[in-house]
Amino acid sequence: MSTLLLLAAIGLPLAAALGYATWGWRRRTTAWTGVVTTGLLAVDAIGLATTVTRHGPAHTAAGLLRADALSAWMLLGVAAVALLACWASPAYLASGHTGGRRARWYAVLLHLFIAAMATAVLAGNLGILWVAVEATTIVTAFLVGHDRTRTALEAAWKYVVICSAAIAIAFLGLVLLYYAARHTGLGSEQALDWASLTGHAHQLDPAVTRIAIGLAVLGFGAKAGLVPMHAWLPDAHSQAPAPVSALMSGVLLPVALYAVLRVKAVADPALGTGYVRTLLVILALATLALAALLLIGQRDYKRMLAYSSMEHMGLIALAAAVGSRLAITALLLHMAGHGLAKTVAFLSSGHILHHHTSAQIADVRALAARMPLLAALFGLAVLALLGFPPAALFASELGIARAGTTAGMTWVTAGAFILVAVSFAAIVAHTGRMMLGPAAGTAPQAATTDHPPATFTLTTALPMIAGLLGVAALGIALGPTTDLLHTAATIVGAP
Amino acid sequence: MTDITYPLYLDLAAGLLLLSAIGVLWRRQLAAMINLFAVQGVALAAIVAIIGVHQHSLELALVAAGLGVLRAGVLPHLARRALGNSPAEARETRPVVNVAASLLAAAALTLLAYAVTRPLVALEPSPATAILPAAVTVVLIGFFTLVTRRRALAQVVGFLLLDNGITATAFLAAAGVPLIVELGVSFDLLLVALVLQVLTTRLRSAFGSTDLDELRELHD
Repeated sequence: MSTLLLLAAIGLPLAAALGYATWGWRRRTTAWTGVVTTGLLAVDAIGLATTVTRHGPAHTAAGLLRADALSAWMLLGVAAVALLACWASPAYLASGHTGGRRARWYAVLLHLFIAAMATAVLAGNLGILWVAVEATTIVTAFLVGHDRTRTALEAAWKYVVICSAAIAIAFLGLVLLYYAARHTGLGSEQALDWASLTGHAHQLDPAVTRIAIGLAVLGFGAKAGLVPMHAWLPDAHSQAPAPVSALMSGVLLPVALYAVLRVKAVADPALGTGYVRTLLVILALATLALAALLLIGQRDYKRMLAYSSMEHMGLIALAAAVGSRLAITALLLHMAGHGLAKTVAFLSSGHILHHHTSAQIADVRALAARMPLLAALFGLAVLALLGFPPAALFASELGIARAGTTAGMTWVTAGAFILVAVSFAAIVAHTGRMMLGPAAGTAPQAATTDHPPATFTLTTALPMIAGLLGVAALGIALGPTTDLLHTAATIVGAP
Repeated sequence: MTDITYPLYLDLAAGLLLLSAIGVLWRRQLAAMINLFAVQGVALAAIVAIIGVHQHSLELALVAAGLGVLRAGVLPHLARRALGNSPAEARETRPVVNVAASLLAAAALTLLAYAVTRPLVALEPSPATAILPAAVTVVLIGFFTLVTRRRALAQVVGFLLLDNGITATAFLAAAGVPLIVELGVSFDLLLVALVLQVLTTRLRSAFGSTDLDELRELHD
């Protein structure tokens, strides 16, 4: 049963990709296939979560695929955001001037992207995890460059070059870790496996492991948008089609941080908690500072959302640095809440962009008066991202702050939250400028072009409303996921 | 191959690996850079083959053959196709760091590699791990090429050098990662090269050249 669930999680999106490759994208029929398969993926993730909470970790394919509570939680996040993104895709493609061939490529790559992320979180082996994370870069390259404009191509180029180089550095780290693990007498098949690596962690040679872990954290951290190799993130997230930005920001960044968590779980018993903690605190504070600085003068609202993702990843890296169970619980909740809220924010920003043909904050005025529904969705998503209750991010940020102070990292936590407050003020000011202002004299520019934009209806808004309800629900009560979350936190969290 | 000649052959192949990386920094012609990259692919395959013969491992010998085909054949071929036959693309005209300074930097990077790999060599001293510093130098030179060259294709060659260095490290330190991971890595590398090739073509049609200095529309 658990074997079937594990294989289906990767098989479903692959089948969808194959289906789109064969039959293409048709507006009335195949356009909705992706919604069905990702819906099934969500059911599959719930099934896997139940199995894992009841019977403990499941594995298949000789341990290459493995699910414990942590991977099940990540898979739930992937499935939820993928469902929203696929649900919003038909409206996105219909509103653009996307031809049939491009739409087919879009659908194929989107589902391959989902399959790669599912593989990454279900990998039982650091090598497979690495291959899957690198695969996400490859399949998303053309999704980022989907519009084929100069800016989109520039973003795609930077994205592929920086991410591939960064992830190659992570691979060098894994190679060295493998070398150290082989030296402890582990066989070649087990030497990259979490279960055996964490079991033999105390025997690993500290000097070699220190180099290996440093490289792996830097490499995977770059893929998660952490300084110093973050330059690709604002470009790629602002140029990609809205549903793709949602997936990249909402789940791909957390998947990369999940890799950092797995590496940390091996490093802590081998090197003590201090080493990775120091490394992550430096990366987290630098990322938060950079995001806050660039948010202040931001003029582009999609880039604003991208820098907000960097800010949240910085906060998550800080929680990972703290590493207590409370911190990890808050971190996982934060990943889920940020994923859903950022999805809604990017999807609605895609519609705003479509109606204004400009991503400049200055070109969007009085949105609340002109398009109340769209403005409400964008505004609520931004409020959720800022951590207003009842959004899950309120609870998780509180949790991170508490965990930080009880772990004796009061100054670091205080510094981080001051930077978060700066970002908060900047985002409030920019969003306020988009929402408010006199409605007269600011007719959308797109009305003058040959293709008048489709009106924004309630049907189009449904996936976004669902996302917002999800964020609020997670913030009010964890319900049946409580056990899963706590088990997941014990896997990587120190007691 | 006797126990005495084994380190000798290995050192020779590692020397070729390192020299071809330095050659990439020295030459400005993009076509010459690609040829040097192909030479390095042969050196890498030779290292794996020598280790395979020494350990009497058929698997390693086959991996060596596969690596040779991919890195000395397929990838250089893809790079040459991306180069096309436009003379304007043929030279790296204004690298961020000029050639003389690049060569000095390569010397400094070699010293750095020797310094950082000391714990790696100390963990398991053997003829193979003794040349780990050379492999790590190739990684560093690859990264250096990536950040200091302005032509799109020169950056791609830098990335491929980086990857050759990492693969060499894997085989020298632990006779390679598990086969399934190695297959995945090679497949990913091939796809990255394909993606970059397509992107260079599209960049050229959108920007007229692949001088990455032109890429400055997105910034804060």
